Amino acid sequence: MAGAPLTDTRDYQRPEAAPDADAVTINVDGRPVQARKGELLIAAAERAGTYIPRFCYHPRMKPVGMCRMCLVEVKGPRGFALQPACFVPVEEGQEVLTQSDKVRKAQDGVLEFLLVNHPLDCPVCDKGGECPLQDQTISFGPGESRFLEEKRHFEKPIAISELVYLDRERCIQCSRCTRFADELAGDPLIDFIGRGDQLEVNTYPDAPFASYFSGNTVQICPVGALTASPYRFRARPWDLEQVESTCTTCAVGCVVSVQSSANRITRYLGIDSDPVNQSWMCDRGRFDFEAVNSEDRLSQPLIRRDGQLVPTTWGDALSRAAAGIEEVRKLHGPAAVAVLGGARLANEDAYAWAKLAKAVIGTDSVDAQMGDGLPAELVLALPQATIDEACGADAVILLGPDLKEELPVLHLRLRQAAVERKLPIIEITQTATGMTRHAAVSLIHRPGEAASVVRALTDPSGAASSDVAGVPGPSLAAARDVLAGVARVVVVLGRPSLAESAAAPARAAVALATAFPQARFLSALRRGNVRGALDMGLAPGVLPGRVGLNQGRDWFGRAWGQVPPERGLDASGILDASADGRVQALVLLGANPIEDFPDRRRAEQGLDGAGFIVAVDGFLTESSQKADVVLPAALYSERPGTTTNLEGRITRLGQKVVPPGVAWPDWMIAVELGVRLGSDLEMDTLAEIRDEIEALAVSHRGITEELLNTAAARDGIVAPLGRATSEPAPAAIDPMSDPGIGAVEHHGVKATAPEPGARRRLVTRPEGQPPALLSLPDAEGGSGSGDPAPPDAYSLRLVAGRKLYDGAVSVRHSPSLAGLAAPAGIRVNPYDLDRLGLHSGDRVRISAPRGSFVLPAAADPGVPRGSAWMPFSQPDGGASRLIDSAESVTDVRLETVQGEG
Amino acid sequence: MSFLDAPRVVTSRFEHEDSHTLSRFVSTGGYDGLRRALTMTPEEVAAQVDASGIIGRGGAGFPTGRKWSMLRPAPVRYLVINGDESEPATFKDHALVTRDPNQLVEGALIAAYAVQATQVFLYVRGEFALGLERVQAALNDAYRQGAVGRDIFGSGFSVDAIVHPGAGAYICGDETALLESLEGKRGFPRVKPPYYPAVTGLYREPTIVNNVETVSSLPWIINHGGAAFAALGAPTSTGTRVFALAGDVMRPGNYEIELSKPTFRDLIFAPELGGGLRPGRSLKAIVPGGTSAFWIGPDRLDLHLDQKAVADAGTMLGSGSVVVMDDTQCMVRAAWRISRFYRRESCGQCTPCREGSGWVENILRRIEAGSGHEDDLGVLLDICDNISPEVSWPSKWPPQQTTICPLGPSIPPAVVSSIGMFRDEYMVHIKDGGCPFD
Repeated sequence: MAGAPLTDTRDYQRPEAAPDADAVTINVDGRPVQARKGELLIAAAERAGTYIPRFCYHPRMKPVGMCRMCLVEVKGPRGFALQPACFVPVEEGQEVLTQSDKVRKAQDGVLEFLLVNHPLDCPVCDKGGECPLQDQTISFGPGESRFLEEKRHFEKPIAISELVYLDRERCIQCSRCTRFADELAGDPLIDFIGRGDQLEVNTYPDAPFASYFSGNTVQICPVGALTASPYRFRARPWDLEQVESTCTTCAVGCVVSVQSSANRITRYLGIDSDPVNQSWMCDRGRFDFEAVNSEDRLSQPLIRRDGQLVPTTWGDALSRAAAGIEEVRKLHGPAAVAVLGGARLANEDAYAWAKLAKAVIGTDSVDAQMGDGLPAELVLALPQATIDEACGADAVILLGPDLKEELPVLHLRLRQAAVERKLPIIEITQTATGMTRHAAVSLIHRPGEAASVVRALTDPSGAASSDVAGVPGPSLAAARDVLAGVARVVVVLGRPSLAESAAAPARAAVALATAFPQARFLSALRRGNVRGALDMGLAPGVLPGRVGLNQGRDWFGRAWGQVPPERGLDASGILDASADGRVQALVLLGANPIEDFPDRRRAEQGLDGAGFIVAVDGFLTESSQKADVVLPAALYSERPGTTTNLEGRITRLGQKVVPPGVAWPDWMIAVELGVRLGSDLEMDTLAEIRDEIEALAVSHRGITEELLNTAAARDGIVAPLGRATSEPAPAAIDPMSDPGIGAVEHHGVKATAPEPGARRRLVTRPEGQPPALLSLPDAEGGSGSGDPAPPDAYSLRLVAGRKLYDGAVSVRHSPSLAGLAAPAGIRVNPYDLDRLGLHSGDRVRISAPRGSFVLPAAADPGVPRGSAWMPFSQPDGGASRLIDSAESVTDVRLETVQGEG
Repeated sequence: MSFLDAPRVVTSRFEHEDSHTLSRFVSTGGYDGLRRALTMTPEEVAAQVDASGIIGRGGAGFPTGRKWSMLRPAPVRYLVINGDESEPATFKDHALVTRDPNQLVEGALIAAYAVQATQVFLYVRGEFALGLERVQAALNDAYRQGAVGRDIFGSGFSVDAIVHPGAGAYICGDETALLESLEGKRGFPRVKPPYYPAVTGLYREPTIVNNVETVSSLPWIINHGGAAFAALGAPTSTGTRVFALAGDVMRPGNYEIELSKPTFRDLIFAPELGGGLRPGRSLKAIVPGGTSAFWIGPDRLDLHLDQKAVADAGTMLGSGSVVVMDDTQCMVRAAWRISRFYRRESCGQCTPCREGSGWVENILRRIEAGSGHEDDLGVLLDICDNISPEVSWPSKWPPQQTTICPLGPSIPPAVVSSIGMFRDEYMVHIKDGGCPFD
């Protein structure tokens, strides 16, 4: 039977670790097997090719030895005895029998026990065909049933959340779901109830399993007990095809399997990428494929005719787009053309658009960030960290958004490090976050004053014992203690609040980099491929490969022919320039500034002021419907390519379905537009673009098509090469919950390398010294206080953050997720609520210079006194209507509303 | 000297109505053992207990001295007294808790001193309402007497104790489930390794878990010396033991008698003890050590009440419960009733016990109700084999298990014994489609 069960052609083998002092030799079925001290028997045996059947064991969770499926005979002082292989650590000389009659009888018996009360409703069960209970019954179980009694009955199924259904009759009580929810997600909302054969998994009364990570329990359920509403009864596993890809919902870049049936995406499953998502996903990333399938997708080009957007052909639309851009360029110069967006594109798209904008059109007013990020040069210049480095650091300083809301799987990884290896996390934040419970110290400060907190934190004299920016002196002292003498510090850096300007966290980041010269920075910028877009030059002042415009001018001038003469505008500048006529033509690259730019009014004025707008998008959004030409783009899962996560890790995007109608990948649109603008971008294939990136982008030197195709690149390649090598993690893969429908098609990995010289390399690397990578500019941002004046006594200083389920296009167009977006509201410290004469639940008028509207108020002790928290963008409104992005902070006043509903 | 003349180690006060009161306790040598122990070094106390040869009275039969010697050195050490006696027809700890709670407290404190515990937990079955009340009162009295708390009797030794009521689960009598329960968690037994609470116990600290009767014996052992205890019984089973005699005997009840010397016949038939069967009845079977023990028949009446002798006979003395069944009893019903208990009390953690206990109970109920098939007996025995591999009749001791804890292998003995000894009776149920005893 060795090797026969669960025949699986996937390549689980990762590079073997070098022999180490912890190596032990055990004897499995008479065969010597190398293992590492402390390793579990089940893992050691599996790595050596002996699969021991299991249900409750999961390599990413602590073993519990409950299901008894992995019983094997282990020799002890009193001879061989049955022991659960998932619970027994290997020891030198250990003798193990996995195939003896006694073992087979025990395994057969356990399977029979599991089946006696199992409903055997496989024909109507979503798990049928990829079910570990089915598979292992066939390999290890009894041939027929001897059970004559009435089976156990439960109401089936019950909804334990908006997304997850539980069929307790199918459940085999392995506790994988409850352990995941408790140990990994930190949301212990499901647990066992009852005992004996009435033991059931359920939620607590009146508390649904509302976890951002609930979909993982569905994926790791070894039977069909847990199902997710977006997939229930949609497909049979054997009808599915799948390809490996990368989730681009946020910038974590979880490695996933994209599964489809009949050209519709049916499901995403997490793939175990050790340095990144370790098989987990968040529910938004898992289920927002519904938006890709949406009927609302743009399927053909549109042009504005008589004020209406009407369908047309690509040729017509591209000509109109090119003509509009060309006219502005001729009349007002290239700087009157600007490109907004690009963080949703693949790397190759971003490069093609950067080249189109900077070399063909000649404008540097290009920004992939919507004013909700950080200055590109700063992000690119800071020494970068990987997720593993953050999790393995001596201390992590968290200066960014609530990771649980914006980068959920990064939250998961850091939380796990905090819980399991006591990683000290110092949180510099404006309200309590999902990480506060796990942080060593939370420094909750006034908006706009993070830099002062950092200065107090890193003050070498350490004398400051008084409050700083609202942070109590003792908290600062505690944080200083944590940081005292630590060698490896990683700063997780993002945009903490959209109600303050980016200057505040930027100043704080520079101060941190100065105080901790050895610190590395992990970007917590949120949007899918924002890192790749910045790497590819989709930002003002930079060129592809993490080089500055001026430093790279000669290099790219020679390669591209031209680069913009001077630094362009960022998103904020572009919108202002557009409002007052300095920018006449605007290209929106999958960008929706009205929804995403922190200052909604400014975004609207910018779009209204633009003479000519080209939108490349998957949907008609608030922004793209203002365009003169709308070009339909292929989305994630509809096109191959590569993407870059927040670590700078380049992974593959797999194509599984055909885009709707005549939608194109963005890079093709750039190429075709280039032709109509009179310039051949000389890119006919993705491979050619990658060649050009490799040749010209200094940070991507050596990251060739061939390298990306090697098995060593399974977990992606962190740019620049040699920066981070991922530790091999052999056998840390759960064959039971890894996408279970046969082999995943690993895009590229199995592709045959092209003949040398078969592909023409269109761009030759220019002669001479390549430009240097951006490095941290002098800490000029660190000087001066820059703190805003405190708010007046009647005002609260606003903190605005995103929720995982918000008003984003992908959420709105995913029916399963759209309803999960919580209604907007404002959260205030109970003290302030009381001071203002308000009560939790009151509807209050929130007024700022920008405008006012009415929302319910709630007391929240996690919001410090003097501040107020609002979601940035919920379907029913958000802070973007109050924020004036020209101001460093946003102050609001609250008053009761009488008689308004 | 007859075994009936042996001293009563733990039930000496039972003859008094007020045995549970502090005044009776103190006037009959109460706390003498503790005071004496405190004059000795902890090692000397442990040595006396080791010399006594006493084996744990909870059912597993592990030598107490050896258990103590395995305790991992650590600044925090716990002593937990297991008073969660819940096995059907076992009621000796119930009596000790209710009738002599002060002795239990004293014994616990002697043990705490010997193992240098930093905290004592008296885990008492929640259904022992009166017992809980009395143990709490005894503990309160002990605090007033200076027998527990800071600087006990001026000795410099300090330890605190609390009473913790169980919440109604048989499984919490398993020592690791008990520890989980004490920690406020669901009463799931812990998976081994680690093997011994003495190494990794309550809150992961080294912990000794001792049975009520075991620690109740300690005052006598310290007062009279380990050698005096070891002189009782035989080297394989020293001292005395309280047997909870139940079932079809004239005089059911708790009897403390010397171990090893008497036989089951003595226990059941001696006029001072069981007093024999009711007139006109004949003996059918004996459940010798709690419902998780294999049964013995009338042919084994002369088996000595000795741990090793009983184990050699393929079963166990276990919890000290002896149930006598005469010829009016239906063996299928007896097996079914026992299996029903295990089904209800299985914690559900591991598969063979969770699913096997219910399946066994279903089949036995069906046979008893007259809907059995001939194949059922084979299936029953094979289910038992899948819970407790190589279980057989005649039985062997100790059993093996596919389960996490011993509750699993507690299921097969009644099934295997009843089928092994009374297959004909099963066949009558199956052939006649009903129970002949109805």
